[in-house]
Amino acid sequence: MSNDIQTRSTGVPESTEAKAPRYGSAALTPPVDVIEDAGGITLYADLPGVARENLSLHVEAATLTIEAESNLTVPDGLKTSHTEVGLGRFRRVFTLSKELDTEKVSAELAQGVLKLRIPKAEHAKPRRINVAVT
Amino acid sequence: MYRTFFPRDMLAEMDRLQRDMQQAFDLAPTIRGFGSNGFPALNVGATPQAVEIYAFAPGVDPATLEVQLERGLLTIAGKRASVLPEGDAKAAVHINERFEGAFRRMLTLPDDADPDAVDAKLADGVLRITIRRRASAQPRRIAVQ
Repeated sequence: MSNDIQTRSTGVPESTEAKAPRYGSAALTPPVDVIEDAGGITLYADLPGVARENLSLHVEAATLTIEAESNLTVPDGLKTSHTEVGLGRFRRVFTLSKELDTEKVSAELAQGVLKLRIPKAEHAKPRRINVAVT
Repeated sequence: MYRTFFPRDMLAEMDRLQRDMQQAFDLAPTIRGFGSNGFPALNVGATPQAVEIYAFAPGVDPATLEVQLERGLLTIAGKRASVLPEGDAKAAVHINERFEGAFRRMLTLPDDADPDAVDAKLADGVLRITIRRRASAQPRRIAVQ
């Protein structure tokens, strides 16, 4: 199973003591930072061990889905003694709001951190509203 | 204490709770505590030839990363820059879950780890440290005369 990064190496048959991945097809929820400025929203997500080809970003209607798979390889015959990251799959879903321009989303992945920029649609950019004093 | 690496992973949180319960009944824990839930998250394993440590440190500037091995104690230290806006910027922080700032984690290595044969590689935010085990500790077949 490629999503079980620690208990098994690729190509090695399952040994009798090796357990199946404990959470089945479960995925970890990556921690994120979301910052909004006048021009749009910036999202940072921690995806350690994920290379560009294993990252999938999907926008459908008002839903943004981040899915990624870690491509960590472990040497044959590795016996795990301590595990804090027990899965190699990440998934997180966000609901976007209508003033965001989903056509112009840009994404960068560097050193296991995804940076996503979702600009606001032109009509939604801030305008200063004059207060009439009568 | 550091913030949890995956704060919203409910199953991991339940695991942690179970571990904490077990540890609460341990009357003589190790002097360094239990060392889970820090940044970077660590996975540790061993093959007959080497000890393998995976440190999940995404977004850490390699220049600030420091790996030290002294008297059988491995230290991983570094700094992760904040992405949050300055105080005067016109920006709102809606979600802030990611770790930021300086970190330092230590772990004891097995006695047969060879301090002169350490290899550390950083790729896609995962630091992999391989420490070879001394030849004397590796299984050998002894010829019967």
